[in-house]
Amino acid sequence: MIGLEHYLTVAAALFVIGIFGLFLNRKNVIILLMSIELMLLAVNINLVAFSSFLGDLVGQVFTLFVLTVAAAEAAIGLAILVCFFRNRGTIDVEDVNVMKG
Amino acid sequence: MLSQDLNTILPEIVLSLFAMGALLGAVYTVKDRAAPLLVWITSGLFVAVAFWIGTTGQGTTTAFNGMFVDDAFARFAKVAILLSAAAVLLMSQDYMQKRDLLRFEYPILIALAVVGMMMMVSAGDLMSLYMGLELQSLALYVVASLRRDSIKSTEAGLKYFVLGALSSGLLLYGASLTYGFAGTTSFAGIIEATQDDVSLGLLFGLVFLSAGFAFKVSAAPFHMWTPDVYEGSPTPVTAVFATAPKVAAMALFARVMHDAFGNSVGDWQQIVAFLSVVSMFLGAIAAIGQTDIKRLMAYSSIAHMGFALMGLAAGTAFGVQAMLVYLAIYVAMNIGTFAFILSMEKDGMPVTNIASLNMYSKREPLKALAMLVLLFSLAGVPPMLGFFGKFYVLQAAYEAGLAWLAVAGVVASVIGAFYYLRIVFFMYFGAEHDDHLDTGGSPVLWGFLVASATVMVIGVVNLFGIEPLAAAASVALVN
Repeated sequence: MIGLEHYLTVAAALFVIGIFGLFLNRKNVIILLMSIELMLLAVNINLVAFSSFLGDLVGQVFTLFVLTVAAAEAAIGLAILVCFFRNRGTIDVEDVNVMKG
Repeated sequence: MLSQDLNTILPEIVLSLFAMGALLGAVYTVKDRAAPLLVWITSGLFVAVAFWIGTTGQGTTTAFNGMFVDDAFARFAKVAILLSAAAVLLMSQDYMQKRDLLRFEYPILIALAVVGMMMMVSAGDLMSLYMGLELQSLALYVVASLRRDSIKSTEAGLKYFVLGALSSGLLLYGASLTYGFAGTTSFAGIIEATQDDVSLGLLFGLVFLSAGFAFKVSAAPFHMWTPDVYEGSPTPVTAVFATAPKVAAMALFARVMHDAFGNSVGDWQQIVAFLSVVSMFLGAIAAIGQTDIKRLMAYSSIAHMGFALMGLAAGTAFGVQAMLVYLAIYVAMNIGTFAFILSMEKDGMPVTNIASLNMYSKREPLKALAMLVLLFSLAGVPPMLGFFGKFYVLQAAYEAGLAWLAVAGVVASVIGAFYYLRIVFFMYFGAEHDDHLDTGGSPVLWGFLVASATVMVIGVVNLFGIEPLAAAASVALVN
């Protein structure tokens, strides 16, 4: 029987993978966007699991909001990335380093 | 019911309708040529809405089943947000026009960000909190990279976006845990669920939520985006970042801690006190070696947020009052300081190097004097207003039994005074050199600079009467 804790474990694992993706990734900014998406999806799994466990719809409503905002966020992130690429000619994470200190 | 609810959020509705209408209007007519007019209309509207909220609001009303709360605390924060955003918008017009940066989207994006901030400070539910926060953040990511053809500006936007999204993720994860273990997303429900003791799951939720907020207020150790974003963004945008969003994020932090977790002050007090002490010291020490004044202001704002957090860490109504007074003073100081930074230019090009201020007092005695007053105030030297802000939060921390925090705050502010005084030293006793900054400049900037400096001096009489307002606001929040 799959219970709440299984879902929470999966969500926690995904969330941690997302965070590690953000910090360990040295290659490509697109991977950062994917990691962010992974974190938000982990949150969604959490919310839906809790919603089903509690018999309360609020969690699913929250999930829909998160999904919508995540889409908008990805759109803005990609737009900024395109501008950055036009100026810098690369999207390697290591090259996002004009300012330091 | 619905008409009452709509009536409660009428200021937000007016602002968002204005933003959408202005966007459509400008796109279909004269585009960027409408920008200067839009800047004036938007700041006029901000001031009008601030006046409206400040004079008509009374008591505490909730709308949409507690999702939206309109109380004295929210009104205080909203008036501060609206007025500072209006001031910063007016200051940016001249600078942006000179550099061909003034697009009509700029005032509209600021208006949308302000709507988001107003939602944040009025949130009564994790959902409305999240929506307000994201509306603010998404608009600000775009303004950070407003200068599309500059590497620095787009890099600032990219860094702000990635770290902002990370913080939203942390905050959301905390929100989901809080929802799961409290069984509800409304603050009123959460405070009921935490009446006797806090479960481990809720504690995790609280920690993640605090980490998310710490990112948004740029408190150490979650501050790493601040210096780069401040340095890279166009200066008017930096001025925006340093004022209104800070007030909104701190107010949101205080609201969640008191409205939702007000029964477990002991649990979050340690977190907030830790954030506060680390921010104060990091802001004070890391700013010492800076040569770029925008970067220096970034570290200065980290240190100032540390002091504001000290008020919150007290966990009392007086602590919240001290925090609000501190924020109001901080915003007033930063408006003046950024008016000065915006007016720093050589041959029409913006300059942000501190060394360019050498012997500035010889050529612009009045502006140098105004800046001296502001820097003394930022450093917390009596009898400027900034000293009273610091005094309030120190007193709040001491009375709440956090004497160690108050002592740490005094030490940090002494260390921090060094880099403010270094600028004063450059301006008055620096080395003589030939590449002078341009004199003169925009009368709007001059007006804001002198007004802000005057406020720092004559405000000591009665703080312009904001003290009883802040007290009423804090009582509305903490009960």
